[in-house]
Amino acid sequence: MTILKHEIRQGRNSLIIWTAVIAFMLGVCILIYPEMSKQMDGISEAFANMGGFSAAFGMDKINFGEFIGFFGVECGNVLGLGGAFYAALTGISALSKEEREHTAEFLLTHPISRQNVVAQKLVSVILQIIILNAAAVGITSLSSLIIGETPDIKPIMLMFAAYLIMQIETAAICFGISAFIGRGGLGLGLGLAAAFYFMNIVANLTESSAFLKYITPFGYTDSADIIADGHIEFKYLVVGLVITVIGICAAFWKYQRKDIS
Amino acid sequence: MNAVETVSLTKFYGKARGVSDVNLTVAEGDLFGFIGPNGAGKSTTIRILTGLISQTSGTAKIFGKDAGKPDTLADIGYMPSETNFYHGMKVREVIKYSAKLRKLDCTKESTRLCERLELDVNKKISELSLGNRKKVSIVCALQHKPRLCILDEPTSGLDPLMQREFYVILEERNAEGTTIFLSSHILSEIQKYCKRAAVIREGRLLVCDKVDNLVHTNAKKVTLSGISEPPKIDGIGNVEIDGDTVKFLYGGEPRTLLNTLGNLPITDINITEPDLEEIFMHYYKEDNCDNS
Repeated sequence: MTILKHEIRQGRNSLIIWTAVIAFMLGVCILIYPEMSKQMDGISEAFANMGGFSAAFGMDKINFGEFIGFFGVECGNVLGLGGAFYAALTGISALSKEEREHTAEFLLTHPISRQNVVAQKLVSVILQIIILNAAAVGITSLSSLIIGETPDIKPIMLMFAAYLIMQIETAAICFGISAFIGRGGLGLGLGLAAAFYFMNIVANLTESSAFLKYITPFGYTDSADIIADGHIEFKYLVVGLVITVIGICAAFWKYQRKDIS
Repeated sequence: MNAVETVSLTKFYGKARGVSDVNLTVAEGDLFGFIGPNGAGKSTTIRILTGLISQTSGTAKIFGKDAGKPDTLADIGYMPSETNFYHGMKVREVIKYSAKLRKLDCTKESTRLCERLELDVNKKISELSLGNRKKVSIVCALQHKPRLCILDEPTSGLDPLMQREFYVILEERNAEGTTIFLSSHILSEIQKYCKRAAVIREGRLLVCDKVDNLVHTNAKKVTLSGISEPPKIDGIGNVEIDGDTVKFLYGGEPRTLLNTLGNLPITDINITEPDLEEIFMHYYKEDNCDNS
């Protein structure tokens, strides 16, 4: 528990900033919806008929003129991309920052097993991601109330669940990498998150690259599919969960044997 | 019981040598100095003892238990050579965090140590000079009163007054039964404070003995004035010539030396015990000759 508390305290500023920015943007997006929906008549159809561009963002399958459709696309970009970046940064620095800042000599010479260190750091990463997403849910509910929209709870909650799992998967992959690299890695984490995001867009564009949806955690977060199908795409989700477990196991396996120099 | 015991300890970083075949024994209650030039393998040995790295082969035990395990680390207070802490934390918080990681309340002892070392606990780590960060490291290594202190080049960065206070604290702890294992390349420190010492060079342990025995070898340091080259007898090493003064270490029979000197135009003579530094250089050079 000591390391967990320490980690949360160390990551507090970063968590506050990322949460504030993401919550602010979500709130703004929702609050401008009434204004936008007035101008939406006709535009929605235009959005849906932009071919590849529409498909890339899933706009061919959902009605942009409805709140849930608008929210799905906007939320997908703000919470999906923002959350993924935050998850990647937090995950990749969790273990490697100790070596980067030469604090590993301090921490690891205390009577605590390496597994314990990894476990507490992992919990702290997941906890911080949950806090960020809880704030996103909170600000979404509040903003929706303000503009007087009462969308279907189920698809919205499924979307939030998908984003949360996606962020945890991204963090787990980066956490696994974190155990292997000595220092740095922030760029790698951000690059990976961005790559996942664009993989999903590419996968939406062409049939031949649809397999990418198995690789990228964004594959199961497509709000268009969630709203249309009423559930998270199971086959992508299972692969995602397996990758999450692999990332976490890799971290435990590697950190136990790692030479700190 | 031995506080530290390594058998055939070997560590390779890929193909690069860390240490090889190190057999080191430190008895409980010792004040032990670990001497060697930079890159000799001091830190590698210490990192294995503290579990930061694992050995390629051989064994390392602390009080009979495998090095690096949590219950072994509970007996150790470790001070790394490079001292870094978490940004944004205050001195007080770091010291408390260290105690909490040990599940101990060391407030009383840490307060006492901070007072003796004149360490301001309300400052932020980022505001501290190197010397003051060293002090934080000292408090973290000593506050839980460990059975064994492992200190990697502890005095670098400390001012002379603090160095003295630091050694006073170490000697007090040692008198209470704590085993102290410290590495240094400052030989006068080791000679002054340590009971036993080992010399490591290029990853190999050259010698391990009481500091007194190391210093009181049968070798004498001889300084002669009035001549410009050393007497031609066996047992002479480490020759230094400076004008009409010749210095060397002599390890042969005293009578032979005196007989030879009687026939030389000597104006001044000085025969003393060599200090550890010279003995260290002696080992150093001897080994150089063996290699060539």
